[in-house]
Amino acid sequence: MVVTAARTPLYEEHVRLGAQMTNFGGWVMPLQYSTIRDEHRAVREAVGLFDLSHMGELRITDGSLAQRVVTRDLSRLKEGRIQYALLCNEQGGIIDDVLVYAMADGSDLLVVNAGNQDGDFEWIRSQANQSPAVLNVGREWALVGVQGPRAVGLVQRLTNSDLGSVKYYAFVEGTVADVPCVISRTGYTGEDGFELFCGHADAVGLWRALLDEGQSEGIRPAGLGARDTLRLEAGMRLYGNDIDADTNPLEAGLDWTLNLDKDFIGRDAIIRAREAGLSRVLVGFKMLDRSIPRHGYHVVSDGELVGTVTSGNVSFTLGYNIGMAYVPPAMAEPGTRLGVDVRGTAAPAEVVPLPFYKRPHPK
Amino acid sequence: MPDLSGMRFAETHEWVKQDGATATVGISEYAQSQLGDVIYLELPAVGQQLDAGARLGVIESVKAASDLYSPVGGEVTEANAELKDHPEYVNQDPYGKGWIIKLRGVKDNPKLLDQKAYEAFVEGQSH
Repeated sequence: MVVTAARTPLYEEHVRLGAQMTNFGGWVMPLQYSTIRDEHRAVREAVGLFDLSHMGELRITDGSLAQRVVTRDLSRLKEGRIQYALLCNEQGGIIDDVLVYAMADGSDLLVVNAGNQDGDFEWIRSQANQSPAVLNVGREWALVGVQGPRAVGLVQRLTNSDLGSVKYYAFVEGTVADVPCVISRTGYTGEDGFELFCGHADAVGLWRALLDEGQSEGIRPAGLGARDTLRLEAGMRLYGNDIDADTNPLEAGLDWTLNLDKDFIGRDAIIRAREAGLSRVLVGFKMLDRSIPRHGYHVVSDGELVGTVTSGNVSFTLGYNIGMAYVPPAMAEPGTRLGVDVRGTAAPAEVVPLPFYKRPHPK
Repeated sequence: MPDLSGMRFAETHEWVKQDGATATVGISEYAQSQLGDVIYLELPAVGQQLDAGARLGVIESVKAASDLYSPVGGEVTEANAELKDHPEYVNQDPYGKGWIIKLRGVKDNPKLLDQKAYEAFVEGQSH
């Protein structure tokens, strides 16, 4: 059997722009168009354009089902607003991290990780009492990210919607460059900006319009390489690297996504884990030399193995190397010295608060 | 296009160019394009003896860490100190200011490929 990676509706655009393509979550996606460094910088200083059409979208029409499968209390989520939340299994392990959109028709739209969309769909369907209570609409929708300090101004020039009134983690339905879109003020880069959901057939038109209109502000298409270095600086967890079905939300530092006063799958196990006490927690660290921490490297202290690096790379914005790791709670305090085993040498590192990078606040 | 005449290549994508008693070693254009953004190099100490094909150090890009191998044998006389602050030179100019080490007392390696043979080898790899 030959498994072919799926192509987004923007595949031909990426090829035309000279992108280096890579397989990710069952999709063939742009890794980089120019250099990761330049694309990263464009997002921090100007604006970057991302194809995020590999992300999955699941629509849950049964409100009580949505309440049972996500960790947040959706009864408090107002129409037009968005929350970051988790799907957990009965053991409290993280099945996926998602964004939940409270849609105008009363349904909840879950934006899920590309590689998890079929698994999430089957999981939620297995929890449903009625059918169809959940629909997999991911292959009908394209998703384009516009991220950076100049993103809001750029998108505003292409829409009649008043984007000033769209707060962070809120959305409106409107048109951008005459393309009907869900205009969502969200992102995975640490910058301000939008994620635009549109139909497959409209994706190329929207992409080209944004590239054309953004030329004067230095827009650059940006690939998954920059997306990863950007999200790491912003301290955002990457499913499969920093969190997975064997990690619980408490050790991942995601307590704030839990509404433990409502019932959801995994809640009891999470409460038990909290009462038992945690054996490890996710921390951010910076390297004190020039070596680069990588996923899977060991964390050592006094020659003992004490933890594992989950993400690590150069921080182009900060000028040093950073990572996240699971370590014992006693070693989680900022300022704690750790070693990272880089090819047999304990490279010096220091625990620092997350996120590593916060965007300057607009005046 | 830089002048690659006299340059020879290993199948592990390093190049070597001999100039009198000194040989200069770097990585190929193809290698830098595959690695992407180079961010760090771990290089040997001056005076270290390397055999042809021996690991000479590590090159790290945003994507991954990879081993570097010496295409010829010899004694390390210099590692490119500029790369400490400017690892991106390896991407920008792999045959020029992105050179990696210099060797003396060179012991030749008959398995190296000339430019034409190396290009054919790369062509074969990418299909």
